[in-house]
Amino acid sequence: MKKEIICTVCPMGCEIEVEGSDKEVTSIKGFGCKRGEVYGNNEFLHPVRILTSTVKVAGQNELLAVRSEEPIPKELIMDCMKVIAEKTVCDTPIQRYDVVIPNICDSGINIVATSTVK
Amino acid sequence: MYEVKCDVAIIGGGPAGLSAAVAAKKEGAKDVLVIERDNSIGGILQQCIHPGFGLSYFKKELTGPEYAGRFAEEALNLGVDVLLNTMVLDFAPERKEIICASSENGMTKVTAKSIVLAMGCRERTRPNIQIPGTRPAGVYTAGSAQRLVNRQNTMVGKNVVILGSGDIGMIMARRMSLEGAKVLAVVEIMDYLAGLTRNKVQCLDDFGIPLKLGHTITRIVGNERVEGVYVAQVDENKKPIKETEEFIECDTLLLSVGLLPENELTRKAEISISRITNGPEVDQYMQTSSPGVFASGNVVHVNDLVDNVTVESMQAGKYAALYAMDKMPGEVREVTSLTGNNVRYLCPQRLRIGNEEKAKLFFRVLQPDANVRLVAKCGDEVIASVKEKRVNPGEICCIQIPMDKVGDDVLVEVVKEA
Repeated sequence: MKKEIICTVCPMGCEIEVEGSDKEVTSIKGFGCKRGEVYGNNEFLHPVRILTSTVKVAGQNELLAVRSEEPIPKELIMDCMKVIAEKTVCDTPIQRYDVVIPNICDSGINIVATSTVK
Repeated sequence: MYEVKCDVAIIGGGPAGLSAAVAAKKEGAKDVLVIERDNSIGGILQQCIHPGFGLSYFKKELTGPEYAGRFAEEALNLGVDVLLNTMVLDFAPERKEIICASSENGMTKVTAKSIVLAMGCRERTRPNIQIPGTRPAGVYTAGSAQRLVNRQNTMVGKNVVILGSGDIGMIMARRMSLEGAKVLAVVEIMDYLAGLTRNKVQCLDDFGIPLKLGHTITRIVGNERVEGVYVAQVDENKKPIKETEEFIECDTLLLSVGLLPENELTRKAEISISRITNGPEVDQYMQTSSPGVFASGNVVHVNDLVDNVTVESMQAGKYAALYAMDKMPGEVREVTSLTGNNVRYLCPQRLRIGNEEKAKLFFRVLQPDANVRLVAKCGDEVIASVKEKRVNPGEICCIQIPMDKVGDDVLVEVVKEA
């Protein structure tokens, strides 16, 4: 299997060419830096994304911005969005990086606040 | 009238204003005041909840609220004062007086020793690009849709077409998809992407959203609500080809068709404005044609990355502080920066030759190209040159020049590497 991957680590957008099976990478070229090489490998074997969204705050009109603390497996993204859409935060104030949803969809990854609520 | 006195007054509390405020304080300015029309500081970054900010400045991938939050906290910790819900109506550049309307204090007069303009930019709208058709509900600029969805908990539509492949448009394509809407197409009149490549990968390709390059919207259809749009391919003169026209049924059209620096105040103050950037012309201290009035960020030229806004705003804040303390560097003479092959504009437009060692020139290219060399010349002498793998109109380029080598006007060009 061969995949052409555009690196998204930085705005350069290097075109990485990866070959291998679904278990291992046999050849990787075109990356511009170490982080790009890691990205190319991961993107080929198991793509992940940082998920950002918003959650409701009880008694407030404005939403609280949230993110996954670590990148989440791509195939879990829409399931995570369902959980996030259901969530209303009640415990205020909220500081940046407070955990809003722990271990979302059993991914081992927390959803944390990126903005604050007084 | 409520009156406030300060050393450095900054108009706008977005990333540019906050970075300038932090730098002004660090340079030693005593009273630094940020004037913000919204009910909180942070500017547009507050609604940019997606990641991708700070990679070059913080060496870390942050979301908009995190990036803005860091600067907001740093500014407040350094003792920067903020006037919220306060709209600047007018300012006198020589007297350094700013007249504002505040919901709390009523009419307010701010008197400063130097001023930083950091008003940012706003989106081009449907009237700006004159799309034919009816005028139904459901046509939004991408940024106003972003504010509604991300801050005000209001979903703007279910079946969406996006005009323009700018970053905000692509990011909204992903956001709308995550929130359950169907994005039917992103339509771009140019034959290349307007925004960053990584946004196409993460926002369009991930969700299987078709990108129609070399296409435009020829008509909006709908009575009360948008019912659909006609999309057609364009020829080499960007004129739609009638035979290629197709109808896409949708209820919402988002426009991501460019940004305009917000310079009503600057124009009223008769500060000289570049016809290309639509922002004030500045020198390398980010000083406008009016001494002691500085400007930075998207009000000067629309940037690709907030990290670049921060860097140039810190320059503006630093020199605004020095001006307020009467410590501006001595000036010998001034030269102009000139655009050469494949350079749309340069910022700064003027260079003051004093005792500084180097200056950075930022610019955008006209056409995408690969394997090129960015060259700065004085007459026939090359004073700086950098190799670049790729250049793209969507991304800002930068070249650093040694000031001691600057003779006459500096010409910057992008030439094909032999």
